[in-house]
Amino acid sequence: MHRQLMKGNEAIMKSAILAGCRGFYGYPITPASEITEAAATYMPQVGGVFLQAESEVAAINMLYGAASAGVRAMTASSGPGISLMQEGISYMAGAELPCVIADITRGGPGLGNIASEQSDYHQVVKGGGHGNYHTLVLAPYSVQEMADLTALAFDLADRYRNPVVLLADGFIGQMMEPVEFPQTATEPCLPQWAVAGTAESRRNVITSMYLDTDKLEAHVRQLEAKYFIAEQREARAEDWRTEDGEIILVGYGIVARILKGVAAEARAAGLPVGVLRPITLYPFPTLHFQRLVSRAQVFLVVEMSNGQLLEDVRLALNGARPVEFLSRVGGNTPTHHEVLAATQELARRHLTAAPAEEEWIVHV
Amino acid sequence: MSSEPEITWEVARSKPASFYSTYERKDELQHATHYCPGCGHGIIHKMLAQAIDDLGMQDRTVLISPVGCSVFAYYYFDVGNVQAAHGRAPAVATAIKRSRPGSIVISYQGDGDLSAIGSAEILHAANRGEPLTVIFVNNAIYSMTGGQMAPTTLLGQTSTTSPHGRSAAHEGYPLHVSELLATLEAPVYIERVGLGDNRQIAQAARAVRRALENQVRGLGFSLVEILSPCPTIWKMSPVEAQHWVHDVMEKTFPLGVLRDRTQTAQAVPAPDPPPTLSAVPRILGVADTGLPEGLPRVADVPDVNLQMRVAGFGGQGVLLLGEVLAEAGLDAGLEVSWLPSYGPEMRSGTSNCHVRLAREPIDSPLVTHPDVLIAMNEPSLRKFGSTMRRGGWMLYNGETLPEEGSSKDVHVLARPFTQIANDLGDARAGNMVMLGALLEIAGSLPQTSVESALGRLVRNPRWLALDESALAAGRRLMRESRAEVSHAG
Amino acid sequence: MTNTAHRDAGLLRVDASECKGCGLCIEACPPKVIRMDETLNSYGYRTARYAGTGCTGCGICYLVCPEPGAITVLRATRPRQIAGVQARP
Repeated sequence: MHRQLMKGNEAIMKSAILAGCRGFYGYPITPASEITEAAATYMPQVGGVFLQAESEVAAINMLYGAASAGVRAMTASSGPGISLMQEGISYMAGAELPCVIADITRGGPGLGNIASEQSDYHQVVKGGGHGNYHTLVLAPYSVQEMADLTALAFDLADRYRNPVVLLADGFIGQMMEPVEFPQTATEPCLPQWAVAGTAESRRNVITSMYLDTDKLEAHVRQLEAKYFIAEQREARAEDWRTEDGEIILVGYGIVARILKGVAAEARAAGLPVGVLRPITLYPFPTLHFQRLVSRAQVFLVVEMSNGQLLEDVRLALNGARPVEFLSRVGGNTPTHHEVLAATQELARRHLTAAPAEEEWIVHV
Repeated sequence: MSSEPEITWEVARSKPASFYSTYERKDELQHATHYCPGCGHGIIHKMLAQAIDDLGMQDRTVLISPVGCSVFAYYYFDVGNVQAAHGRAPAVATAIKRSRPGSIVISYQGDGDLSAIGSAEILHAANRGEPLTVIFVNNAIYSMTGGQMAPTTLLGQTSTTSPHGRSAAHEGYPLHVSELLATLEAPVYIERVGLGDNRQIAQAARAVRRALENQVRGLGFSLVEILSPCPTIWKMSPVEAQHWVHDVMEKTFPLGVLRDRTQTAQAVPAPDPPPTLSAVPRILGVADTGLPEGLPRVADVPDVNLQMRVAGFGGQGVLLLGEVLAEAGLDAGLEVSWLPSYGPEMRSGTSNCHVRLAREPIDSPLVTHPDVLIAMNEPSLRKFGSTMRRGGWMLYNGETLPEEGSSKDVHVLARPFTQIANDLGDARAGNMVMLGALLEIAGSLPQTSVESALGRLVRNPRWLALDESALAAGRRLMRESRAEVSHAG
Repeated sequence: MTNTAHRDAGLLRVDASECKGCGLCIEACPPKVIRMDETLNSYGYRTARYAGTGCTGCGICYLVCPEPGAITVLRATRPRQIAGVQARP
């Protein structure tokens, strides 16, 4: 096993190429530009296409073209760029074209700032474009997961013929951690539905248009059936010491890293705290939440946005347990001590057998 | 008995084979197009299909249908079909052509699609010289949506959104896309033709064929703009509409060749063959076999648990210092994380990074309360000094610790590290002097791991030698200073 | 296809089920041998109709026709002449 130190953004691109990605169309934006830069370096060396588009609008439509031609392709962007791509994402979902989009989220709305945030949750997880569709959304929380979930994203995109978004934040994209890669590169075969400029593919058509109302309804129902299967099979979450957890901390991406540190410290102080980390944000790991209801007394959702993940957690629990909320926005990060203090407060309010307050002073 | 020989009739002109015989993708009336009587699209479809037939490239052709009346082009053409979003056909076509260079990609667009919402995409596809064929159907109006004004609408022409007639003062002048694109270097062929009479139509057919031939020859960007009648929206008979193209439209949009570099243009070279799949990990630098040789492996993972913040001005080597430490930790078998500040913050002069080294998996890579702070300048000290954990170490780049920077219960080593590096040969090695001092604190990190990390990150031999001597100087300094290091508080 | 009696160089066929009666072929035809039929096809269009004689086989009607399969133009080809047999001028 060889692990090497690498930035999350670079790990995405290297993993993508190993997974058979041979098309990258993108537009630079902080804090996602390293992905585009890595693509510019490596794509020509592996016989792939790299092209810097004139805009995110063009980039996503180039992705539409590359996917139509049966090539595994991806792009990378952040908040404002993802907003511009929504039209194309809707078209790709409608035309059932696979692709991978890395969203390295920054602060918003508007130009916001370039600090790390999680405010793209709604526009990605709920589908920011028009129409009845979903994107599948994976939320890596380490550089290793940037690599692993990128490979998974391409498989899911092909399996469901649908755009898949890697929703990360500036921290995960910019930081370096040890990472290891598979030692074999894969080359997916040409999908039978692709339009590749060949005799075999001549009869194929890529379109998202169904003029007849009944046909469009049937198409949307077929997409729904596909999403239903994804919901049954693809929901992923990490349970970290939730088995006896009475306070469950909930967060994804960089936040989950902070939560683990807090939970470890709280546990050392005798508090039954666990962390539930959604890895897929769509499909949302609803069952993982419901499984914990019998023991958990309260859930604390921590996010670097204004209550976007919170909505899904509330839906998943459907009122079975109280859901508390801690939010930082603007590019600020919930600190270890902030979350720890909130956890202590929840312990006082919700746990009957909370340790005495004096004990905490020792450990803080 | 007549001496006249028997006459045989041969089909000279009939529906091209590149059309489907019946249009099964249509919901009804599958024997005829959806176009209105006298519509230019049908005429242009036929010349396009005829050219595809004549050039023998039906199997290779990919046609991009736009948004507009020709949105259904894929009902009719028996070729590979891709329908695109409004205006985006050149972007879609670009990626198809680059993905499948052997294909013949045609972007078929109307004037609303190409000259308004898709103006950026067509401009940049043309400017990149994408070897595409663009058929630009200009009827000076948005037809499918019921006759709204287009960028190509003539001055004085009424539409549902310019009911009093287009005025230059209010809506600007008609956009001359072909002339605009002809200012670019890359396009090889741009011609404006019309469907205003027999002669024009015959010329249009020749131009369409040329634009396709150019792509077959591997030449660059070709565009044919076709002035095309829309009897329905123009509220004219088909014959009147045809005359209007000739008599009126052509005055604003003169016909002719605007660019022809087909004689001198070079074919786009074929891409290099891709490497074998087995070579890909090595190309990416992730192959086990491609590692730098002789990496020392430590049998016993050292007992290190470090939460460090490094901060200073850009150019002081803040990030490199952290990276060398993280690389060395990884080499020694530790879990590590390195998180930089980034973006404008980085470019505006200050720079800092979070570094963690530990035997156990690292939870948060964010170091909000460091046990080691390397402050390479005074602002960094002010920013992070107060965040330190009790009992931690603070290395400050200065003769003495400013009063406001002092913190209770931390060890402080204040030295002019930059000056020390300067005496060694280059002030920029100050970061390595500080790293050397730090390594003495985190004493169990093996020297071999530090050396191999430095060797991987600093490729220039002169710099490597300087950095090594700076590291040694830092270690020496720390050893000598240990006794006198203040333990404030 | 043979027609022993015909002397025209061309022959024109209009598919009445595809013709939408736009009249462009009538306008375009150099020898003016296409007319609009008085009757309507099943979709309610009057359709173009070849006068039955005078077609030169130039193909312009085909070129200007917006409907892919509405017009088919045929041209006469005389078989290789047999020795001793003169074709009429």
